Amino acid sequence: MLLRHTSKEVKEREGLTINPAKTCQPIGAMYAALGIHGCLPHSHGSQGCCSYHRSTLTRHYKEPVMAATSSFTEGASVFGGQANLLAAIETIFSVYDPDIIAVHSTCLSETIGDDLQQITRKAKDDGKVPEGKHVIFASTPSFIGSHITGYANMVTGIATQFAVSTGVKKNQFNIIAGWMEPSDMREIKRLSKELGVKIVLFPDTSDVLDAPQTGKHEFYPKGGTTVAELQSAGDSISSLALGAISAEPAAIALEKSCKVAFETLDMPIGLSATDRFIMALSQVAGVKVPDEITAERGRLVDVMADMEQYLYGKRVALFGDPDQLLPLTEFLLDLNMKPAHIVSGTPGQRFEKQMRQLLDARSPETNFRNGLQADMFLLHQWMKNEPVDLLIGNTYGKYIARDEDVPFIRFGFPILDRIGHSYFPNVGYSGGLRLVEKLLNAVMDRQDRDALEEKFELVM
Amino acid sequence: MEANRIIPDPVQVREELIQKYPAKVAKKRSKSIVINDPETIPEVQANVRTVPGIITQRGCSYAGCKGVVLGPTRDIVNIVHGPIGCSFYAWLTRRNQTKPETLMDANYIPYCFSTDMQEENIVFGGEKKLKIAIQEAYDLFHPKSIAIFSTCPVGLIGDDVHAASREMKEKFGDCNVFGFSCEGYRGVSQSAGHHIANNGVFKHMVGRDNTPSEGKFKLNLLGEYNIGGDAFEIERIFEKVGITLVASFSGNSTVAAIENSHTADLNVILCHRSINYMGDMMETKYGIPWMKVNFVGAESTAKSLRKIGEYFGDEELKARIEAVIAEETPKVKAIIEEILPRTKGKTAMLFVGGSRAHHYQDLFSELGMTTVAAGYEFAHRDDYEGRDVLPKIKVDADSKNIEELKIVADPELYNPRKTEAELEALKEKGLEINGYEGMMKQMTKKSLVVDDLSHYESEKLIEIYKPDIFCAGIKEKYVVQKMGIPLKQLHSYDYGGPYTGFEGAVNFYKDIDRMVNNPVWKLIKAPWETAGNGKGGELAASYVTQ
Ligand code: SF4
Ligand code: SF4
Repeated sequence: MLLRHTSKEVKEREGLTINPAKTCQPIGAMYAALGIHGCLPHSHGSQGCCSYHRSTLTRHYKEPVMAATSSFTEGASVFGGQANLLAAIETIFSVYDPDIIAVHSTCLSETIGDDLQQITRKAKDDGKVPEGKHVIFASTPSFIGSHITGYANMVTGIATQFAVSTGVKKNQFNIIAGWMEPSDMREIKRLSKELGVKIVLFPDTSDVLDAPQTGKHEFYPKGGTTVAELQSAGDSISSLALGAISAEPAAIALEKSCKVAFETLDMPIGLSATDRFIMALSQVAGVKVPDEITAERGRLVDVMADMEQYLYGKRVALFGDPDQLLPLTEFLLDLNMKPAHIVSGTPGQRFEKQMRQLLDARSPETNFRNGLQADMFLLHQWMKNEPVDLLIGNTYGKYIARDEDVPFIRFGFPILDRIGHSYFPNVGYSGGLRLVEKLLNAVMDRQDRDALEEKFELVM
Repeated sequence: MEANRIIPDPVQVREELIQKYPAKVAKKRSKSIVINDPETIPEVQANVRTVPGIITQRGCSYAGCKGVVLGPTRDIVNIVHGPIGCSFYAWLTRRNQTKPETLMDANYIPYCFSTDMQEENIVFGGEKKLKIAIQEAYDLFHPKSIAIFSTCPVGLIGDDVHAASREMKEKFGDCNVFGFSCEGYRGVSQSAGHHIANNGVFKHMVGRDNTPSEGKFKLNLLGEYNIGGDAFEIERIFEKVGITLVASFSGNSTVAAIENSHTADLNVILCHRSINYMGDMMETKYGIPWMKVNFVGAESTAKSLRKIGEYFGDEELKARIEAVIAEETPKVKAIIEEILPRTKGKTAMLFVGGSRAHHYQDLFSELGMTTVAAGYEFAHRDDYEGRDVLPKIKVDADSKNIEELKIVADPELYNPRKTEAELEALKEKGLEINGYEGMMKQMTKKSLVVDDLSHYESEKLIEIYKPDIFCAGIKEKYVVQKMGIPLKQLHSYDYGGPYTGFEGAVNFYKDIDRMVNNPVWKLIKAPWETAGNGKGGELAASYVTQ
């Protein structure tokens, strides 16, 4: 047994988190900043944080993840990190020549009380930021929220520090991506194009974290939302924020700063959430949904109908991030499956309420917890008490899956031991189809493995 | 085969590496880039701060303490006191394999424990939450030991993890609780954390159990973390030759073994950087000499075994060692002979860790490959230039903050395992006791040595030297591979290994052969990119097949 010390008996904990279903803010900020073209993320703190965040993102994407650090030592921790950040900005522009440096704080610089706004302004005043180059920032203390909060904070920083309102509206719409994969962002762009709607998508990590092998390392890969696009976001007709926790704060900020109205949607994972996304986009833009998209949808529903018997009533345990868990849970319910246990380490009352509402209406007996001590240890204990047929979550779930001998589907962040997530989307109807295929494969492979010889089926 | 490849002029290379830096940075970096001469080893600037903004390989003190030294011991509950991230990232990512003897034995390695500090803990202090967490861990698991690791904010807000640990230890009575002040900002890299970990393990664990250990030739294995099963292979060999492994620091180790480790008669050190403090302290307090060995590489393994045999000076042991070497060598030879024609004459670069960039050069030379440039991520001058340089190393402000334990001989347990005369005799036989020659002595003249290599420098080096393989870590892996050059990870072994001992050498030969000769590196260009894309023309009326 890998997790041999996990007991069945659930005891409430107040101090100890075991096997967390979340991580810290800066990694989200780093990920978001990589979705801006020509941007170098910068971690304002000691080296370790930056090293850990780069390593984790690298393991998840199998791609270069470039980011710099203020390399705090004890002196900086006592006297403040201003000198380090100013020196870093100077060095970065002369050695790595980015268009943008996106600075995020860490626990350390937050605890010291470094003011990123003041320091980055000083850098500009001191002439350390070359003409036409930018330094933006986001405050990302990890003792609040989670990696999702950090992502949201950086996306908000991007929105407010670039977008300008010229007073003349442009015939375009902003889509603010919640934390999703490059493949998902690519799919959002494809769907919008299919609909004939001009969008500014940000951040956009496609063509950054799924870069091709060319024999050359592009320090700033082809992808990423450009500064010009970001600036124009202030003149867009409206914004769609995909995810209440990871994307909405940026939409709110943009409404405040540039008066761009917004609507918040679930991330388009699964049938119903994708329906809402397509409806919303077609409505705000006043376009008809093309037949090709209707056909895509039809293909997904077709498979759901044809294979419904295999998924019906299957009990699922899930862990992950709120903006993904909500539509995923809804999709499982649409597939007539049974979400049995759900945890997310990311706090959020609105998420709690929304998930409760969804579950109360369609699956009131589901165990659900988010925030402090809503960890994988608890999830595992729940599974020991009320077993499930399937586990869905990031790579760390494989330890539980193996111990409990439960089929396992990798979904979320981080996925350290498989590829695919950066290339094949989970969003949209095609993403839905991929999810159904994965669910069916997991369940049906298990049936094939466990079936008695006389019950072994050829056709399924 | 490219046997006589022209090696670029290193002086010029150095100029190119620092050209783009601002003047002050260039001046600083130039002292860390030196041209080797094994006869008169030049001074390398090492263990100094990384310039802010430079993309470095380095991590932090916490990573060195919790991640490297304490992480591999399976039956300690390691609670990370801080916000969630630090504990999350160190969760199972170092591949420290461990093998509990029974299904019932404790193994907490697959678990991640954190106090998940919140804003109120930062504002009002987190000690209370820490003590609750320790209590909960105790109630849930009843472990033999609980260790507490401080992350960056903890030192600043003034939480006293040591006092909290002491209080809980007294309260429990049957559980050893101790803390580490290994905040990430201490020192300049992981190295500070190694030192802090050594101090803590020595103070709180070593010497707690005086039961005499059994066995005739008893030693501890220091600085071996069982990544990819390295320690398993060394254990296999020790068992075969009849050496008793009392404790390992800390791959595949247990609390009980470490607590009893002072009953061994020799410490052998693999990773000098991370654990040399322990060797020195055990020598002073208990009279156990230490000896630098290297089990990376088949020849180095044989050599190290012979050194151990010589130390114990027992003819029977020496004979068994020779027998085992004779038994193991032919298998290794057969493989290397098959592979050598495909690897001979190729070049390698190694920029990693605090000892691996040295040790793995042995394996490359067994493969007939030349190391054209190498450097450590967080080593000190002695790891480059040898321990003779120790008295000359200036202690700067960053190192001064790390406690040097004042160790004296234990009034009861001090027992010098060898007399002065015996040590002298061993020295005469070429056995270096309590010494380490460092990396540069082994590297060729005019090879390049770079400490704390930056991303920028690594791209430049690759451009200039075009090595056949580059060795570093996960952050560098895909950058280098995007340049069309295979990168071997020497922290995680690309999830392979073991690479120690005889079996490990074979694994490494095969992996390197596979990597440098993989057809994928020739498939990078699409046919139309080389043939001229879209130049027009008619379809050739032929049927193309393979
Ligand atoms: S939790 Fe804080 S100190 Fe730890 S890795 Fe994250 S930002 Fe760094
Ligand atoms: S050289 Fe490698 S194994 Fe040794 S301490 Fe350093 S990172 Fe660890």
